[in-house]
Amino acid sequence: MADPTDRPSSPASPAARRTRVVLAEAARSGTGPSRTRTELAQQTRVGEALVRGLVRAQLALALRLSLVVLIGLGGLPLLFAVAPAVGRARLLGIPLPWLLLGVVSFPFLVAVGWAYVHLAERNEQDFTDLVERPER
Amino acid sequence: MANQFVVPALVAVTLVTVAIGFYGLKLARTTSDFLVASRAVSPTWNAAAIGGEYLSAASFLGIAGLILKYGVDVLWYPVGFAAGYLALLLFVAAPLRRSGAFTLPDFCELRLGSRRLRKLATGFVVFIGWLYLVPQLQGAGLTLTTVTGAPYELGALLVGVVVTANVALGGMRAVTFVQAFQYWLKLTALAVPAIFLILHWQADGRPAVTPPDGPTFRTATTVVVEQPATLTLADGAVIEVRPGDSLAFDAGDPVPEVAGLPGPDGLDWLLPDTAGDGDRGLFATYSLILATFLGTMGLPHVLVRFYTNPDGGAARRTTLVVLAMVGAFYLLPTLYGVLGRIYTPQLLVTGQTDAVVVLLPGAVLGDGTLSRLLSALVAAGAFAAFLSTSSGLLTSVAGVISTDVLGRGSVRGFRLATLFAGLAPVLLSVNVSDLDVSQVVGLAFAVAASSFCPLLVLGIWWRGLTDLGAAAGILAGGGAAVGAVLLTVLGLPLHGWPATLTAQPAAWTVPLAFTVMVLVSVASRHRAPADVGATMLRLHAPEALRL
Repeated sequence: MADPTDRPSSPASPAARRTRVVLAEAARSGTGPSRTRTELAQQTRVGEALVRGLVRAQLALALRLSLVVLIGLGGLPLLFAVAPAVGRARLLGIPLPWLLLGVVSFPFLVAVGWAYVHLAERNEQDFTDLVERPER
Repeated sequence: MANQFVVPALVAVTLVTVAIGFYGLKLARTTSDFLVASRAVSPTWNAAAIGGEYLSAASFLGIAGLILKYGVDVLWYPVGFAAGYLALLLFVAAPLRRSGAFTLPDFCELRLGSRRLRKLATGFVVFIGWLYLVPQLQGAGLTLTTVTGAPYELGALLVGVVVTANVALGGMRAVTFVQAFQYWLKLTALAVPAIFLILHWQADGRPAVTPPDGPTFRTATTVVVEQPATLTLADGAVIEVRPGDSLAFDAGDPVPEVAGLPGPDGLDWLLPDTAGDGDRGLFATYSLILATFLGTMGLPHVLVRFYTNPDGGAARRTTLVVLAMVGAFYLLPTLYGVLGRIYTPQLLVTGQTDAVVVLLPGAVLGDGTLSRLLSALVAAGAFAAFLSTSSGLLTSVAGVISTDVLGRGSVRGFRLATLFAGLAPVLLSVNVSDLDVSQVVGLAFAVAASSFCPLLVLGIWWRGLTDLGAAAGILAGGGAAVGAVLLTVLGLPLHGWPATLTAQPAAWTVPLAFTVMVLVSVASRHRAPADVGATMLRLHAPEALRL
């Protein structure tokens, strides 16, 4: 390993190798507990505001998606009740209510669930980035 | 019925269940192993286990029977049973796992720090667990009677003993493997015969499900009535039949109209309730939707499964897989209910519509080796449904009894609690044989939705919840639902709105529980736990932070 910067006088001893230490870089490297982390753990007002923000974001997401289900599925009995013609319609020879409730509703629920898992994990990632970002 | 394959199939299912239980016993060593499988179950196994545990007698037999009887309006049962997992995913799954609680009473104490609330929650867990166990054992008894002719008590006792012994010996780790196996068994047991049924229906020239002149008998049939009913025969004569009465029909005879069920033209069966039917039908539909959507998260045997996920993110992904698995399963019972309308219309007259899944392969394919094998497969699946759901229920009921009533977390204590928890529903199910399986299960959902659902949702998302508010809400909403259950089960002769309000109570008991919980919490604001901030951080902070 003939690195030109290696001095030939100190043969392969690791203790002899020097590294440059820059104070600003060490502070930024994230080894010690960051200040935001401490704020969270110690329940300061900043920490509490951060958690409130996360809880609010997750709750808003859950409520938005349940609204989608509420309208998409929950609206059906009302729709069939006030517009019986919709209940009598047929698609591919199968009455529309049977098709919607018996078949389509299940993939619909899974799709909403998939979207939630995806978006909730993104909310958490945002929160993690916020907490672990380098101090300015 | 002399089907030589049924008994071996049932014995095989039971033996495999017990064998996997013993395999698990070798792995189960500590109390933590027993109760939550050491939290080291992979998401796919866990999801299959949750699915296997969840798909009960009501799902396997009850839904098809209800669809055969009532048609499109009861499709909300399978939709709601599946959608319950979405509500669980959106509002409960990840935070509940992060809370680190073992059981629902644990969650109460962890979030609100109240021993008395914990006791109250324990009471409701045991009540819901037993309310759900009794119909499972009954379903087992009825199925065994249908396919082998054995006495009803034998089936209920057999399932009760096998399940109690298995849970007492293996605990939940064993149960996890058993449940995962049972999910795939149940899916196969409905899917494989369904393929043959559809092929046969095609070969028959696709007979109409709702012929304009009403359903007819396809073969000469002798019907032995099992439940009292009022029948309107084809010539307009009205007769009252009692259990034991026998009626003979020729091939091509129209099926008599049964009072209280959709009429012979099939339009009520085929089409959803319209506004003209009065608002009670719509109220009952919405009440059912509310109970099933919100009740799943309050079922103790479903919740206890979430503690076996390694972290909150895994809990979410597991729930999504469960939703897909359960949804795939629920495509099938509808098919059985619809085909039953063509091939087993006599069940409408006998009143034993819950037997449609078990009887359909024989009725469609005639008597032959194939149809007998398929019948045995379906019977095995039904048996798996009773075994798995009652195992899960028993594990969670025994879990709370051993930690909260006996007060020790030892393995011995858990075994003792299992015996006690198993004995009560077995005795009840042997003595009470006239409860309707699907309805009792629906009521269990209603009680869960009006007690634990508000507690979990408000506890996880609202800092202002207090122990006093939680207790008041559970007592008001859950208590009202329990009252409705007792009125319905005792069979008081109610008519009109009171009957609807007690038969499908969720639409008023759930809002009641939420309202009382919020109002009393606001009034007792000073009692809010001081460490609520730390709890919220724990429930919602992602594990990646390693706080």
